[in-house]
Amino acid sequence: MEAASDKKALLFWGLFLVVFALVPISRNDYYLAMANRILVWGMFAVAFNMLFGVTGMLSFGQALFFGLGGYGVGLMVKYLGQAWFLAGLGAGVAAAAVVAYLLGYLVIRVSGVFFTILTLAFGQLAWQITFRWYRVTGGDDGIQGLVPTGILGDHIVYYYFCLILVACSVWFLKRLSASPQGLILRCVRQNPARVRFLGRRVRRNQRRIYVISSVFAALAGGLMAGVDNSIHTNMLNWTTSGEVILMSVLGGIHQFFGPFIGAAVIKVIEDVVGARTEYWSLIIGLVMMTMVLLFPRGLVGEWVSFKARMRSGGARKEGV
Amino acid sequence: MQPILELSGVVKAFGGLVVTDEVSFKVLPGEISAIIGPNGAGKTTLFNQITGALKPDRGSITFQGTDITGLDTQEIVARGMGRAFQITSIFPEETVLDNVRVACLSRAGHTRQPLKGLGAYKSSTEKAMALLTSLGLADQAHRLAFELAHGDQKLLDIGVALGLEPKLLLLDEPTAGMSPEERHLTRTLVQKLWKEFNLTLIFIEHDMDTVFGIAQVVRVLQQGRLLAEGTPDEIRANPEVVKAYLGEEL
Amino acid sequence: MDSSFLLVQFVSGLTMATLLFLVASGLTLIFGVGGVFNFAHGSFYMLGAYLAYTVVSLAHGNFWVAVLAAGLGAGVAGMIAEAAFLRRIYGRSEEGGFQILLTYSLILIIDDLVKLVWGTEYKSLSRPAGFTGSLVIGDVTLPSYNLAIVGVGLLVVVVAWWVLSRTRPGRIARATALDRETMGVLGVNVPLTMTLVFGIATALGGITGALAAPLRSVTPGAGIEVIIDSLIVVVLGGMGNFWGAWLAALLLGEVNAIAVATVPEWASLFSYLVMVVTLIFKPEGLFAPRQVRKV
Repeated sequence: MEAASDKKALLFWGLFLVVFALVPISRNDYYLAMANRILVWGMFAVAFNMLFGVTGMLSFGQALFFGLGGYGVGLMVKYLGQAWFLAGLGAGVAAAAVVAYLLGYLVIRVSGVFFTILTLAFGQLAWQITFRWYRVTGGDDGIQGLVPTGILGDHIVYYYFCLILVACSVWFLKRLSASPQGLILRCVRQNPARVRFLGRRVRRNQRRIYVISSVFAALAGGLMAGVDNSIHTNMLNWTTSGEVILMSVLGGIHQFFGPFIGAAVIKVIEDVVGARTEYWSLIIGLVMMTMVLLFPRGLVGEWVSFKARMRSGGARKEGV
Repeated sequence: MQPILELSGVVKAFGGLVVTDEVSFKVLPGEISAIIGPNGAGKTTLFNQITGALKPDRGSITFQGTDITGLDTQEIVARGMGRAFQITSIFPEETVLDNVRVACLSRAGHTRQPLKGLGAYKSSTEKAMALLTSLGLADQAHRLAFELAHGDQKLLDIGVALGLEPKLLLLDEPTAGMSPEERHLTRTLVQKLWKEFNLTLIFIEHDMDTVFGIAQVVRVLQQGRLLAEGTPDEIRANPEVVKAYLGEEL
Repeated sequence: MDSSFLLVQFVSGLTMATLLFLVASGLTLIFGVGGVFNFAHGSFYMLGAYLAYTVVSLAHGNFWVAVLAAGLGAGVAGMIAEAAFLRRIYGRSEEGGFQILLTYSLILIIDDLVKLVWGTEYKSLSRPAGFTGSLVIGDVTLPSYNLAIVGVGLLVVVVAWWVLSRTRPGRIARATALDRETMGVLGVNVPLTMTLVFGIATALGGITGALAAPLRSVTPGAGIEVIIDSLIVVVLGGMGNFWGAWLAALLLGEVNAIAVATVPEWASLFSYLVMVVTLIFKPEGLFAPRQVRKV
């Protein structure tokens, strides 16, 4: 049974890599940028969902780490020069790890709602600081001209750079979710009181996944700086946190790849619909409401349970 | 013989209500004992204090020679205490196997491992399967826990506790909500597990057939106080216990 | 810095505190009674502000009528939202997360609906007749509208206290907070109670939005700023704690007034600063309610 699902996973991975690896053949910058966005946001959403769908911690402040990654690159390049692009990426990710570790002690509390409120508040605090500290961050103007030096300056090379990093990250997160640590995290979501009776510390595990998830959020933010060649305070705004939540819910929070699919769908809709209407938030609001009320399992989750129903004629079986 | 668990003068009050009142007793290794008493006698509250879910106001609790009063649940569990719950406490969306396997992995110290899949931990997996076989749940190992019947969920709860290889196991009403037939089976099973795993076992129970059928020592709680302690025969013959509690039941 | 300056700042802080408390009290009411976390509470505040603007400037209505209309409108909108959407997810596993997601979608939807109806430009509302001037005591000049807001705030506190502790519906609402299921068994119409409490909570939000409109400009997106401020109040005061919210609002209002007077550029960071300091030293909130233990 396990061998069969391993084979299936390998096939899925192969297909995933091949499809994304072939995008540059189109020689179309528009498709390339779109695929790049889907990759980076997909990784961001999958990492976020390790917190929300897996561990049951609804953070409304992952924008803070996404922004930290972006501003790591932006500030390094602005003050030290183009050659510091990669160092900036590393600095942003390292800073995110430190900030998440420290912040974890403040925001991880008993009640789920409190975690959400506090992460939102800290996210908005970071946004306010970035917004108002014009002298350093450029405020609402953001920072432009973020192009890495050397061969990474080439669109296609940068795309493959992102593809490799995203593939490795998602692979790591997939392993994590299937490991004993992943099992403990799922147990923390379902029955934290019992986890203590397994001799495990609930908050320590929550802090651990908070740091891991935030590190990948920062990596995503840093990579996006290179995709857009610019950063903006909006990266830190609460709407960014909301968007990554929407991606997870749309794709399915109890499916590992659900958030990735959700990210792809949102990025495509954003591009197609966003160009035609200014009422973008009305649309994503309606999408979110529809998912919550009618399809709480998300697109992938509903598909999986639909397939299972077809196969076994009524008996329900869900994959995680 | 040195007691495995010793309570001395344990007191706990909520507001003005004293729920544990100067409770002292010793439990010898390998003993199987019952705690009985009317609803509200403070039985579960006592369990909560022994396992660190609540801190006693006064008194001390010693486990295997060390003072565990006021320690966190995690630390007490790590010292070899296990517990199953009155209201079944399992991981509903995991498989039956993984419910037990997570306990085995925790016991083996593997729960921080982030890279290898669960199947790679062969000994934990085998141990979990063996446990499920002992509990008679092996044929349901790959079902999700919430799909099990109530009685089987209670057994699984015990299985999660056993996965930690506890020296001392506390069971809170193992037969609650079961049919007479299921109760009989569970009683036999608890006794079998006690022998098979060399456990010291304390259980809270309302079903007197179970209590007098398998316990070597019975302790009676009433309004937070330890009213009596002795062998089943002594308890049956104790006029105070009969008057206060057993009255019409025997 | 003389004493009259301090007094002016104090009253300014008190005004802000009153508005904060009014909006946060709705949030804490629906959480305390219904166990519902209404992330969209700020959107009902914004809706109230726009409704008041419409009544005053288009229908040439009386300001105080407009305030009542704002309360009524936001209350009805809240009841519709509760009965049509929120009610459908009660009792679902992981309900808390879904409440946040659902009310988050309401923020997005209400934001754009407001833009569709009222456009994106800033709206402003003038102070009501009789409260445009200032009260001059010696060398101290206090804007009379600010004093009026503080008065209205006190009135709401007294009325809320009376309703919650002295009337049957208030007692039912508090009991429902303790145990939805048992009250249902005892014959209380729990769904209706929930809808009404939700309506009262959002009406409080709407009234606050209307009252604040002459002091702040009315803009789309005001909802999120307000919700974050009131969330900080609620975290500091202890979730579901009415009086804790009052004290926390007072603290934040005064801290903000001092910040605005001294470092106006960075004033908006001070609420967060209070929150961070509180979290470090008193993580359960400054005025957290006593924990009810489950035995």
